Amino acid sequence: MIRPGLVRLFPILTIGVMLGPVLAGLWGTVLPAFGHLPAAGFHGPNLAAFGLLADWPGLWPSLRLTLTTGFLATTLSVALAFLVLSAGADSRGFILLRRALSPLLSVPHAAAAFGLAFLIAPSGWIVRLVSPWATGWTQPPDIAIPQDPYGLAMVAGLVAKEVPFLFLMGLAALGQARESQSMTVARALGYGQTVGWFRSVFPAVYAQMRLPIFAVLAYSLSVVDLAIILGPTTPPPLSVQILRWMSDPALSMRLVAAAGALVQLGLVIAAIGVWIRCETFGSRLYRHWIWRGNRAPHGAGITRFGLFTGAVLAVALFVGLSILALWSIAGHWTFPDALPEQVSLRTWARQGPDMLQAISATLAVGGIAVGLALVLTIGCLQAETLSRRPMGQRALWLLYLPLLVPQTAFLPGLQTFLISIGFATGTGPVIVAHLVFVLPYVFLSLADPFRNWDTRLGTIGAALGKRPEVVLCRLRLPMLLRPILIAAAVGFAVSVGQYLPSLLIGGGRVQTLTTQALALASGGDRAAIGVWAIGQTMVALLPFLAATAVPLWVWRNRKGV
Amino acid sequence: MLKHLLLATVLAMPLSALADPDPSNWDRVLAEAQGQTVYWNAWGGSTTTNDFIAWVGEQAANQGVTLEHVKLTDTADAVTRVLSEKQAGQDTDGAIDMIWINGANFAAMKDAGLLFGPFAEQLPNWALVDTAGKTVQTDFTVPVDGYESPWAMAQVVFMHDTADLPAPLPSMQALLDWSTANPGRFTYPQPPDFLGTTFLKQALVDLIDDASVLQQPATEENYATVTAPLWAFLDQLTPTLWRDGKVYPATGPAQLQLIADNEVDLAISFSPGEATAAIANGQLPDTVRTFVLDKGTIGNASFVAIPYNSGSKAGAMVVANILLSAQAQARAQDPALLGYGTVLNMAALPDADRALFDALELGVATLSPAELGSVQAEPHPSWMTMIAADWAIRYGVTQ
Repeated sequence: MIRPGLVRLFPILTIGVMLGPVLAGLWGTVLPAFGHLPAAGFHGPNLAAFGLLADWPGLWPSLRLTLTTGFLATTLSVALAFLVLSAGADSRGFILLRRALSPLLSVPHAAAAFGLAFLIAPSGWIVRLVSPWATGWTQPPDIAIPQDPYGLAMVAGLVAKEVPFLFLMGLAALGQARESQSMTVARALGYGQTVGWFRSVFPAVYAQMRLPIFAVLAYSLSVVDLAIILGPTTPPPLSVQILRWMSDPALSMRLVAAAGALVQLGLVIAAIGVWIRCETFGSRLYRHWIWRGNRAPHGAGITRFGLFTGAVLAVALFVGLSILALWSIAGHWTFPDALPEQVSLRTWARQGPDMLQAISATLAVGGIAVGLALVLTIGCLQAETLSRRPMGQRALWLLYLPLLVPQTAFLPGLQTFLISIGFATGTGPVIVAHLVFVLPYVFLSLADPFRNWDTRLGTIGAALGKRPEVVLCRLRLPMLLRPILIAAAVGFAVSVGQYLPSLLIGGGRVQTLTTQALALASGGDRAAIGVWAIGQTMVALLPFLAATAVPLWVWRNRKGV
Repeated sequence: MLKHLLLATVLAMPLSALADPDPSNWDRVLAEAQGQTVYWNAWGGSTTTNDFIAWVGEQAANQGVTLEHVKLTDTADAVTRVLSEKQAGQDTDGAIDMIWINGANFAAMKDAGLLFGPFAEQLPNWALVDTAGKTVQTDFTVPVDGYESPWAMAQVVFMHDTADLPAPLPSMQALLDWSTANPGRFTYPQPPDFLGTTFLKQALVDLIDDASVLQQPATEENYATVTAPLWAFLDQLTPTLWRDGKVYPATGPAQLQLIADNEVDLAISFSPGEATAAIANGQLPDTVRTFVLDKGTIGNASFVAIPYNSGSKAGAMVVANILLSAQAQARAQDPALLGYGTVLNMAALPDADRALFDALELGVATLSPAELGSVQAEPHPSWMTMIAADWAIRYGVTQ
């Protein structure tokens, strides 16, 4: 049983678990960035690495690309997510999209990118469907899609993955925004659905979505796997170039990589600053718009456009994944055939044994990390209940910190740190690294349902002489089974998708679905990629389905739980 | 005080850490290897290579060694790991026991003292290795000194889809002419990918009259003059490349997919048997064949090295020795399975073992040893380093 005194330790423990690795890792990056890497014979401090970085002719194009794609992807994702939300929780399109987008959240970025790439490439499936009979093409046209110089394909991939995340975060925020009351008032004042929603509900929802939006911005500015598959390469975005420097045979380039990682961290901080500035400016415009009180009926069209675009993204991802599934059973399949010449299960048979091993490693790492994250989260929330002090804004920022700091900026340093304390290889360190990323998501998913639980039930329990921990375990947690399972599924999907933490921290000895999938991806064998992407997606998706099915079954003889 | 602390640390270290196995006492090595697990870090992008390594694992298990293939996207990840371990002071029982390595990565690790050795020439099967005919004692002109053990020979070949490009191209100049006439149908992996830099080296070797200058380290004085023909060639070639030279495939095997998608008709490969194996795999159309340039093409060897802090050095040496066995080499050379060239000297093999090689079918797209022609030596790594850096400045930033 959890004693009340012990419960108070949970917030400190949680923050330590999340911040410790990030800070230790950052320190391990700062040293080589300033020329200090004794193992390779470099002794600092000096600014040589930053000088080399500045000499790289690709620096400015790469920074420009990183910033334009990052801001474009974030702006589009935020706009789309709000347009979909503005349709109103009861509308048909909204309910349909909600069903379609939620599972897409769990699709790993790499799998989504592969699916999308094969869909839109000049030799991809869309062109194949209409070739050669409509286009006359017997050879694919030589157009740079994906990997276009402006990074638009990469933006599309990011948007497709970030809209579901922002949408689900928005759903949680809607619950606290008194949407239906506000909308009733707005309608009574003569506003239509879209305009009324943006005038009455939007501010409350946006205020709650700020940190998720910052996380999306930080992620878009530092994404690696999706950028490798969909992004341009001459030069690539900064994050990809940092990885290239890290893999340079000349050990001195590790110093440049570390310096680049610090620049990237600065970029993310600056970008969030710029976004906050834009918020201030935007809110002034917004107030002006509110005061004008224009009741023009237009607006419904924009919402329909949002729903339509959301649907297109969902369909594109779904079709992309289906085509990958088809690739996984394809024999030879050449352009311009829309379907493979032969189908066989050979690739599955070949990869099967490896995949079973990887699945068990993925389940072990993800399962334990999610379990720990749940214990810490529930402990924190219970501490909050007991002390009757809700978490402040500052604590929330700390919670988001691992999502805001670019992975390339602290993971290599964390690796060195863990080795130096003798916690070097195997499943343990990998679980710790995954926990850093899983914990914020689990906390964010579970916090609101936990807080919204009707505390009068707890009062009744206390009146019956039950101690707080008994109320927690016998009453609150069982009633929260569904949100707990969903939080677990979200956390598990996050764990499944982790590439760098698994590879760098595990020393390659923990082979998960994602490390295996990306290793094979470097070889470009699309049938093998198909097998692993489907496996990866399935393992991430199944807990979601279980999270919806299990409560229905457990509570089949209880109504209204 | 410090002295005592040091002494205590030394005493506390496990005995195996103090005494590395002696490669010349093979019985002791075998005995020590019993029960060890060897984590072999090798590039994992190729299904056929992965299957071969799995087979090696079965052979190792017969000798009491467990082999785990750690599949890498890049050999440098393993270098990083060993470097981080040295940085953090983990000098025993590191995460990596063996690395598939050559060229610049080997030179960097050997230079930084990150490798165990010498051990290669003490392996029992070293006696079978063709040290006279094959470049197994230097790696990109850097002396190996027994710090890595060879296991496969590679030679540059070009894969062409005969449906679109029927005749072999005899030289780099011919390649340029063909690409100019057929724009958008050729590309190469983006340097610093090793196959991309290999293409640049191959072009340089073919374009200059006397390639022997490349055997010495590049100097400030001769670098610009020697490489001038290469840049003139690339300035003409780049606008005719796939995607106008603005996008390049990330790796060698990514080119296979481009040929299968009919995006390009020609690709460079470092494995004469790769095309045959890929056709058998359904990865390439059966119209693909291979050719070499008239003046010959660059060849080199793949090696395995053991990090200085491996906890299973004996086990790793047992695996390195298995890789040099006639059975493993014949299996690797079988184009239906892998198609890598052998490092063994046929004359040194017993008749039964030599028969394993004689029985091999070449496969539809593999050239015979005679057709592969003369092998050109790898330039000194300094050339590759400078050329790759120059390439990044000239062609790596197009916006």
